Amino acid sequence: MSASPLPQSTRPDFAALREDFPILHQQVHGKPLAYLDNAASSQRPRQVIDAVTYYEEHDHANIHRGVHTLSQRATDAFEGARKRIAGFINAASERETIFTRGTTEAINLVAQAYARPRLQPGDQVLITWMEHHSNIVPWQMVCEQTGAELVVAPIDERGQLRMDEFERLLGPRTRLVAAAHVSNALGTINPVAEMITLAHDRGVPVLLDGAQAVPHGSVDVQALGCDFYAFSGHKMYAPTGIGVLYGREALLEEMPPWQGGGDMIRMVRFDRTEYNDLPWKFEAGTPNISGVVGLGAAVDYLGAIGMDAIAAREQELLAYATERLLQMPGLRPIGTAEHKASLFSFVLDGVHPHDIGTIVDHDGIAVRTGHHCAMPVLDFFGIPATARASFALYNTEEEIDRLAESLLRAREVFA
Amino acid sequence: MDLKDLYRDVIVDHNRSPRNFRQIEPPRHDAEGFNPLCGDKLHVYLRLKEGVIEDISFEGSGCAISVASASLMTEALKGKSEAEALTVFERMHGLLAGSDDNIGDLTELGKLAALGGVREYPTRVKCASLCWHTMKSALTGTGTATTE
Ligand SMILES: Cc1ncc(COP(=O)(O)O)c(C=O)c1O
Repeated sequence: MSASPLPQSTRPDFAALREDFPILHQQVHGKPLAYLDNAASSQRPRQVIDAVTYYEEHDHANIHRGVHTLSQRATDAFEGARKRIAGFINAASERETIFTRGTTEAINLVAQAYARPRLQPGDQVLITWMEHHSNIVPWQMVCEQTGAELVVAPIDERGQLRMDEFERLLGPRTRLVAAAHVSNALGTINPVAEMITLAHDRGVPVLLDGAQAVPHGSVDVQALGCDFYAFSGHKMYAPTGIGVLYGREALLEEMPPWQGGGDMIRMVRFDRTEYNDLPWKFEAGTPNISGVVGLGAAVDYLGAIGMDAIAAREQELLAYATERLLQMPGLRPIGTAEHKASLFSFVLDGVHPHDIGTIVDHDGIAVRTGHHCAMPVLDFFGIPATARASFALYNTEEEIDRLAESLLRAREVFA
Repeated sequence: MDLKDLYRDVIVDHNRSPRNFRQIEPPRHDAEGFNPLCGDKLHVYLRLKEGVIEDISFEGSGCAISVASASLMTEALKGKSEAEALTVFERMHGLLAGSDDNIGDLTELGKLAALGGVREYPTRVKCASLCWHTMKSALTGTGTATTE
């Protein structure tokens, strides 16, 4: 997740790239749409939509089974996309790149197939206070199933992980660390390299929830050295219903399958079943083939622009938004970490976030309001909800100006 | 659609200075309401005397629509019989979320009619209806209300 400033010579033309996104060219309540809810789900470029449509119109069949031409083409499209997606996060091989429905399913897979068979009563799973519910509840469930204990590393008032506490809580009974690479409620970029070193020094494997990281900067799972890495297609310009679990091959090999069914087997008899090789061992049933095609097209699209350029552009937007919005009287930012991804969560004196959401929607601006599926984070800050503007490569400074003006109107409504 | 249809003056006023925003000491009926979508939490209290709502109040936090709705509700229901309160509940349900023929005579609803703008905002209907469900739970003794 690096973000050095963009030299003018290599700067992609982001205004032109915006044209790739058909959905952005519409009016909402008579105003041009300003889509600032990218952390919830981003929009798809024409290249992704076309790739999915082409697949549906020309190549669709079930994969890995038929000898007929379409089945072969569909299998090639599917496995070809896997190869490119594995390359995008620099997995050592496609065997380490398992398709899931999304981040949530990827984390549940690790909880049930990795943690559950290993956890003993009294063992601990260490998470952080800033996790999305999808990186809390699967661990609560597996703790309930095994008698293990969920331990939560606290954050400071800026929304940063307290590394001293994290280190202290990494104890002799810690069996797994599961942490957000980037927090969706606060934008905090966690010092994951340091966290992984601390955990590995104690022989503890680490799962990273990369749902908010992969869309916003280059991620290299081998350089990170993490053991598992989960992310979702729909937050990185690909369709919904597709995501990835990266896992280190040695760990995946040791794990029993999670779901049983077609595709995950090599041979089935009533007295004995042989499981398939990685990655198919964890992909029971007919997968979301067009979703994989779409995700493949999305990583091609992102790769062509360059993740470092995207990260740098989004940091410009974040800096602009931060400066612009902090001028607003009565605005309190929630999440002011030193290292932040491109989202701005806030509350406004006298205007509940829910009302902000409706009022700015009237001006054509989409922001998220609520607890962002991270209720413990909001409890920490003592607030029931925030409003959150989150940026993608296609957003503009002008959209941020419009948000600021709309927030002034929101204050007027309640003045 | 004009924002003023949603945030009418009555609503802005009741949000800024909610009426009957306090507890009622026991003996009382009460219930908690929770909207998991936006984190709104309400606690509705009421005291009945011979089947009549002698006092009704609320506490909690929420958006302007949910606070104003609760405040207006306490004003509207004080002095009403249990049966009348449940009738108003049904009327409000019709006003907020029912079909157009369900709205009925708005003048009968008095100030509560100010919440009529909410029906144009499907995402906000639950904000306005939370306190009503909570009131009903308090009255009928069914515990926590949620909007789900
Ligand atoms: C940090 C984080 N983790 C996990 C998730 C869950 O992702 P999905 O709903 O795509 O499984 C999200 C999405 O909201 C997220 O932001």
